[in-house]
Amino acid sequence: MNKPVKMELTNKRNLVIAVTGLNAIDSPGPGVAVIRAIRECPDFDVRIIGFSYEALEPGIYMHDIVDKTYRISYPSAGIEPLFDRIREIHEKENIDLVIPNFDAELFNFIKIAPQLKNLGIHTFLPDLDQFEARHKVELYEFGKKHKMLVPADRLIYQVSELSKAAEDLQYPLVIKGKYYDATIAYTSEQAQKAFHQLKAKWGLPIIAQEFINGTEINIAALGDGKGNTISVIPMRKLYITDKGKAWAGITIDDSLFTDLARKFIKATNWRGGCELEVMQSKEGKPYIMEVNPRFPAWIYLTAAAGQNQPASLVKMALGQTVEPFTTYEVGKIFIRYSWDLITDVSQFQIISGTGEL
Amino acid sequence: MRLKKNIATSEAGFIFNPGTGDSYSSNPLGSEILSNLKDDIDRKAIINLICSKYDVDKIQFEKDFDDFISQLIDNNLLDE
Repeated sequence: MNKPVKMELTNKRNLVIAVTGLNAIDSPGPGVAVIRAIRECPDFDVRIIGFSYEALEPGIYMHDIVDKTYRISYPSAGIEPLFDRIREIHEKENIDLVIPNFDAELFNFIKIAPQLKNLGIHTFLPDLDQFEARHKVELYEFGKKHKMLVPADRLIYQVSELSKAAEDLQYPLVIKGKYYDATIAYTSEQAQKAFHQLKAKWGLPIIAQEFINGTEINIAALGDGKGNTISVIPMRKLYITDKGKAWAGITIDDSLFTDLARKFIKATNWRGGCELEVMQSKEGKPYIMEVNPRFPAWIYLTAAAGQNQPASLVKMALGQTVEPFTTYEVGKIFIRYSWDLITDVSQFQIISGTGEL
Repeated sequence: MRLKKNIATSEAGFIFNPGTGDSYSSNPLGSEILSNLKDDIDRKAIINLICSKYDVDKIQFEKDFDDFISQLIDNNLLDE
């Protein structure tokens, strides 16, 4: 005799969410952590579509994290190929929401957001003014305007300009790429070497920034686009890699940092996730070193600490009202680890040859 | 001289500052002193308590106690 089939009714929404940043490598993209947090939210069921750039991004092969991956065009190809590719994928997948996670791709995604909306694909991104205001090359002026501490900097277009910057700001200098990477230079030789390396990788200008010695604090925050902070979690780096990335970190309780993030979100009406990289000087002053216009790679810690920022972003993107979080767990620690994921060349050749897996 | 209110301590001697994320460990005697500091017991009373409980030279202990307190001050764990 057949067993009776148990029927269950659920009002959970089934969502198709596309996510970039699947490069869970030594300097990881945030995609896998964003997906992990979203999957943990009990309010919806999700099918995750990965958007990848390279065939060896680990997330492509993590089938319990990403249901299906499609390769998309590089940011340098511009907005048309990106939009065309997403439209093509949307015809198969019926995407509800896309969450881009790379600085370098955000400009394109912001540009095509209205077209995506016409297709029924939601986003929850800052507008171009918000995006540009916190750009590395604008940050010092931004800080001056809003009375936030930002180290002085100089934009460098030619290597010969480094000596003037060093005269003004003194060594050591932090030499930074336009989008990513930074090196501390103690001499003019080191500064010149960093200039050429960063120019080759990210283009011009290069930023020479005043060095602030202190404790590195990162803050993950989520704004609703109307000046309200939905969530803010400060994290102290406990272990830092040679690339300056946190390999371990702990949630801390200091209103100096939560207030700073709220001030930033209010000043910009920030819409979406962001990360403030802060250096607390020996005198206790919080200097904003950078503002990243997307979730950081350690974003899962926000979910673990009780403020699931990626899941809240999903809800707001779909038009729901999300009340600001008021508490979180202090002393939650993340420790990143490496894991050799084994796959087969048959999988690799599918993503390489067909652009999807 | 009092341990800051937000500082978490455990019987095992673990000390956690939630404001900075710093953590420390102390030995059992350090842990006992911290517990007394949390209860707002003053220097003289703590020294008398420890010296009556353990076989220790008072002058030596006073020196060690003050050294321990300066470590707590250096690490920003005591109220001003």
